[in-house]
Amino acid sequence: MSFVEYGDTIKDGDTAIVFLGHESMFPVKVQHGTVTQTKYGVIRHSTDLIGKKYGSKVTCSKGGWVFILHPTPELWTMNLPHRTQILYSTDISIITMMLELKPGSIVCESGTGSGSLSHALIRTVAPTGHLYTVEFHHQRAEKAREEFREHGVEHLVTVTNQDVCKNGFGVSNIADAVFLDIPSPWEAIGHAKSALKAEGGRICSFSPCIEQVQRTCLAMEEYGFTEINTLEILLRVYNVKTISLQIPDLGKAAEDNSSTGFDSSHPSHQGSPCANLQQGTVQFKSGVPLREVVGHTGYLTFATKS
Amino acid sequence: AMEGGPSARIREGDCAVLKRDEVFKAVSVLRRRKIIFEKQWFYLDNAIGHIYGTTFEVTSGGNLQPKQEVEETPTETKEAGTDNRNIVDDGKSQKLTHDDIKALKDKGIKGQEIVQQLIENSTTFRDKTEFAQDKYIKKKKKKYEAVITIVKPSTRILSTMYYAREPGKINHLRYDTLAQMLTLGNIHAGNKMIVMETCAGLVLGAVMERMGGYGSIIQMYPGGGPVRAATSCFGFPKAFFDNLHEFPLSKVQSLLSGTFTTETLPADPEENPLVEEESNGLSEEKQTSLQETEEEPAPEAPMEINPTEEQDTMDINAEDVEFKENKEKENKENVREKQMKQWERRKKLKEAAALLREKNADGLIVASKFHPAPLLLSLLEFVAPSRPFVVYCQYKEPLLECYTKLRERGGVINLKLSETWLRNYQVLPDRSHPKLTMSGGGGYLLSGITVILEKGRADSSNSEALKMEEPSSKRCKLQDLPC
Repeated sequence: MSFVEYGDTIKDGDTAIVFLGHESMFPVKVQHGTVTQTKYGVIRHSTDLIGKKYGSKVTCSKGGWVFILHPTPELWTMNLPHRTQILYSTDISIITMMLELKPGSIVCESGTGSGSLSHALIRTVAPTGHLYTVEFHHQRAEKAREEFREHGVEHLVTVTNQDVCKNGFGVSNIADAVFLDIPSPWEAIGHAKSALKAEGGRICSFSPCIEQVQRTCLAMEEYGFTEINTLEILLRVYNVKTISLQIPDLGKAAEDNSSTGFDSSHPSHQGSPCANLQQGTVQFKSGVPLREVVGHTGYLTFATKS
Repeated sequence: AMEGGPSARIREGDCAVLKRDEVFKAVSVLRRRKIIFEKQWFYLDNAIGHIYGTTFEVTSGGNLQPKQEVEETPTETKEAGTDNRNIVDDGKSQKLTHDDIKALKDKGIKGQEIVQQLIENSTTFRDKTEFAQDKYIKKKKKKYEAVITIVKPSTRILSTMYYAREPGKINHLRYDTLAQMLTLGNIHAGNKMIVMETCAGLVLGAVMERMGGYGSIIQMYPGGGPVRAATSCFGFPKAFFDNLHEFPLSKVQSLLSGTFTTETLPADPEENPLVEEESNGLSEEKQTSLQETEEEPAPEAPMEINPTEEQDTMDINAEDVEFKENKEKENKENVREKQMKQWERRKKLKEAAALLREKNADGLIVASKFHPAPLLLSLLEFVAPSRPFVVYCQYKEPLLECYTKLRERGGVINLKLSETWLRNYQVLPDRSHPKLTMSGGGGYLLSGITVILEKGRADSSNSEALKMEEPSSKRCKLQDLPC
């Protein structure tokens, strides 16, 4: 396996995702002789994992079972250990498309943070592209390097431990795209410009606060970027549920058998709301919004180097 | 295409996208071909050789000229008002008449100069607030300084263009929704993808762009053949199409049941199996050059039977025979060509069938006008376990059905029904605010991951389904049932 190439069988050294059920999963480093504890019991790597196909069901010692999944950047984003606030796949998707990333692209990124976006970028530019990622925190930079190694993608990424606002990305005139997720992106616009190829490079800056966005847009204009555009994207998830609503009792008209209320036996009421007069309920399938939704992650500002 | 190398230049035969502010239009770059765009007529000839991203002005002759970088006159502290309480909009504040402006235009005066003239001849300009002056200038510039940028097509550009110009052709698939599909589907180099779309080939093109020519794609198609009008706009190198296969939906059932045969091909339109598309945002004239060109049907045999002068000679029988022989030869050639083509098609079909039969695709993308449930349920059979799939639908209800049917089927986890909301912002000092909200109208997505399907164990799939739902106490509440 690798984060940039699918494999069929679980191998020693792989990072696999253990799926326990609804929104419950965690990553595991597959290793001969190791065991992993789950609420369903123990998983023995040597017998339960290694050699099995990805997508297999594994029964744990207590009898419950789990699925073992091939890692993807999207699953990694949902399960990675957070060292910082991370970007989620909704933002990552639009960033990838608006920066026009594809196999062979050269991308610069700062800060590396917990590597959520990094893994997605590496996946997209593989096998012939490269990610130059800059992180000013020493331990985070080290941890990122370690993870890229473990995930078999170190040949596609260079982690540099420095301050992008002072020292830039370490490359010049070659990047197809630059991404900034730092507190003061306006201080790095100049460096971004010099890292980008001569014509047509794309830049994106992510900031939670509008004041940061304002300063960044000004800086982009000053440095001659065009097509400056700010947007935000929000994900709305729906739960699929069968809903039963009670039919109210509106009583009967005098002497009459027919009710003046909702007459479910009326031909116009046949069809999707399937009435159940005995129980006095109507059932239907609905996509119900979640109770708690993400209201804001950050503003995304894109521009083109002319 | 080389990345990080020299910037791409506009070449004859390219599909290029014209851009003016937020308006896009795809055109074929051909010499002496009149283009209409944003109320302007011009030829693209002068653009050839320039780098993509260059901005042009339209000269009075209908030719393009690269726009000179003009230093904006530094804003000296101009006279400005504080608010509009005394500004009366009587339509008389501009002293230049329509004819005056036309005269300026005819003289060949540049847009910039016209805007300056308008400002100087406006009685209310200096009373406007600075912001209002800014807005006024921007508006006039937009009208009189008509500049066009020629940009290189990409998923970003084409998906935005199609959504704005011809959303009906792409089932109202908004570009941010497409972006989600590509990421949720883990589309990347080396995949073996199954794509079923009726979005003019836009989704196929987007998938191809993210695969960079590596891996393979099997495009499922309804009817006579796949539509790839938008795909050709991307300008992919020919090699990208070497591993692009197609397979008719009408043969899916037979493939799944093991009764597939190439003996009865789907309705075979004589020439191109690729359906031509009428205006799809391309230049007004029919751009047949943009369609993926298959070999023309067998051309009329070049050897025209020209009766020679000797026609009238005595040996009429011999001539007749020769005539007949030539005609037979010609017919045989036609028939042979036709047979060759049929054989080619059969071969390709068998190849595609073989790829599907392996049942090891790395992912499935569905985005069509058809009800998604039958497509999903059948095409998932060809996908390997532990791989993502994404289904797009303009409407939510069919995806509710898909969800339910998938739960019954089993073999999928992490089902998620979602849509994305997008909001654009105007960001200016002291004038930052959202521009528009786009929600609803962008379509919905159902995504999930395959797992090994254990067939014939109803309770197994039931307990799986239960596991996938939320814990029961929450479920009770959400269903509003008396507990």
